[in-house]
Amino acid sequence: MAHIQLKNISKTFGNHTALTGLNLDIADGEFFVLLGETGAGKTTTLRMIAGLEKPSEGQVFIDGVDVANWGAAERDVALVLQQYSLYPRYTVRENLEFPLKPKIRRLPDAEIKDRVDRAARTLRIEHLLDRKTDRLSGGEMQRVSIGRAIVRKPRVFLMDEPLSALDAKLREALRTELKNLQMQLGATFLFVTHDQIEAMSMGDKVGVLNHGRIVQTGTPYEIYNNPRDTYVASFVGSPPMNLIDGKLVDGRAVMAPLNFELPFAGGAKTGAATDGRPLVFGIRPEDVYLETGAPVEARIHDVENHGVEKILTLRVGDAMLRATVPARTDVEIEQPVRFAWNPDKVVLFDKGSGISLRHAG
Amino acid sequence: MAAVTTSTERSLNKLAIVGVLIVTIIFLAPIYWIASTAFKPRNLATTIPPTVVFQPEISPFVKLFTKRSQLRTAPTPEQYAAAPWWERLVFDGGEKVVRSGRGEVQWSGYPNRFMNSLIVAITSTVLAVGMGTFTAYGFSRFRIKGEQDLLFFILSTRMLPPVVVAIPMFLMYRAVGLNDTHWGLIILYTAFNLSFSVWLMKGFMDEIPKEYEEAALVDGYTRMEAFFKIVLPEAATGIAATAVFCFITAWNEYAFALIMTNRRAQTAPPFIPSQVGSGLPDWTVIAAGTFLFLLPVAIFTFLLRNHLLRGMSFGAIRK
Repeated sequence: MAHIQLKNISKTFGNHTALTGLNLDIADGEFFVLLGETGAGKTTTLRMIAGLEKPSEGQVFIDGVDVANWGAAERDVALVLQQYSLYPRYTVRENLEFPLKPKIRRLPDAEIKDRVDRAARTLRIEHLLDRKTDRLSGGEMQRVSIGRAIVRKPRVFLMDEPLSALDAKLREALRTELKNLQMQLGATFLFVTHDQIEAMSMGDKVGVLNHGRIVQTGTPYEIYNNPRDTYVASFVGSPPMNLIDGKLVDGRAVMAPLNFELPFAGGAKTGAATDGRPLVFGIRPEDVYLETGAPVEARIHDVENHGVEKILTLRVGDAMLRATVPARTDVEIEQPVRFAWNPDKVVLFDKGSGISLRHAG
Repeated sequence: MAAVTTSTERSLNKLAIVGVLIVTIIFLAPIYWIASTAFKPRNLATTIPPTVVFQPEISPFVKLFTKRSQLRTAPTPEQYAAAPWWERLVFDGGEKVVRSGRGEVQWSGYPNRFMNSLIVAITSTVLAVGMGTFTAYGFSRFRIKGEQDLLFFILSTRMLPPVVVAIPMFLMYRAVGLNDTHWGLIILYTAFNLSFSVWLMKGFMDEIPKEYEEAALVDGYTRMEAFFKIVLPEAATGIAATAVFCFITAWNEYAFALIMTNRRAQTAPPFIPSQVGSGLPDWTVIAAGTFLFLLPVAIFTFLLRNHLLRGMSFGAIRK
């Protein structure tokens, strides 16, 4: 098991800058999720820890040791990819045995058999051991890939979107399984994904990556409730946080172009400096509620039924606002409603930089 | 093809099949001609119209492998009776088998030339495909300075007909003593096939996801081990297709073999027509020589046919 640190990592490919000044600290035994859109630099980060890519600048430490000159083989990490990580010509058993047979750490045959059998039992793939990998379903393949990683007892597990190619049901099941597996092994996991639900549900800690920079690192709770900037706010959460331009005037939020006002609880805390300054108000859809007698009138633009809840799109002037309401709420499209927000939950962002005022200090 | 086809499509299909049949017949006709002539008695080889039904004979092959001379007088019945069956076939043709002073049968030049062809074609194919595979892997997986220029340079060696350099090559070979040697031809054919092999193999290498090797690297294998354990088996189809092409090119090459070799290292292609000689050529013997010469390529291609089918589609098949 291991503690991983990335210090001031930059990586360029020709003219393209993949990562800039990246700092990351993954504690021993932590399930760390790196979340970002396609092309944000997640996979590059992972490949640098694996030793498949060298950083242009900065250092990678595994357990406090600078591993710049260590090849992939010496780093003793395991890699699970979205696809192509199984050897097509081999059976499942041969695939599981493969990581135990390199010259530098070849194990005795009895030990190999024992480990393969144990991994197969853990992942419930014992019945597949003699099958060729091209006769497996997507879920079975990913199980075997994970098996290939766990037989080795590596110092770190690196997973590059291992669930993305699977269908929803299976993804959910494997998500739980992976999380359980990590707790059972007590291993350090670095899990890369573009799916914020995966990140929120699995991670002990989440790092949000945008255009080669870490924007925010924290527990899923922190990321969700206290996003550092508008990017994180709009990327995490489904539906994402509502972001509305406006100003604070005398402790009240005034959405200038829309001409509506809402109470704001943090007015005293933020002080007079924010008065009149252009801001972005962020509010999670679940903190917007419908109420007769609420301060603002809107029309229902769209209704999405999700079973336990409904996601309403409210139209105020020409602005749209999402609200998550209980499924029993009975509304129709174009029906006029009144809404308010939970003034304690409003997050203020600077209009220019997009940074949350709480994080700006 | 969609399950539902219109009648126009169906008749077009039939037309295409007929077209393919005609072309196939045109291509197969000479091969049939050679194969049938190789088993004909000499007097039927040149009849017009060609004889289609005949009693097949093995005598052209006996003649192909032995050194013969004209009989001045017919063999005595004792001589005839004492001769083995194959020698009688030669007697029947009005010739006799040349024997050494101690009575050993003298072989013709053909088996030797055939062996030369095999040695040169196989060695040069192994070398060209081997080097091509490694080179292609390097080009496919690593960032190489001037990669495009280098690849173009490699391709450019194919841009002029090889015969153009035949005379300078001959002079160079004579100067360094490579003419009429196996290695001389092997080097030539390897050089000639290499560019082809690099380009073809690069296409196949690009098709193999690099994730396979990376997984092996992370698992503790060296790049060399990953190459041999993971990449080579995956590239087998490409290697087979490339090998067939290289082998055919080396096996069929005529011009350089004619110029660079004359005895010791001569291959079959320049040898077979040289047996036409003066006077009345024995077409059955030439046909027998050609027929045997066709076999290795046919066998090689047949053995690798499954690989070729997949290889020819150049990655059109999803993995």
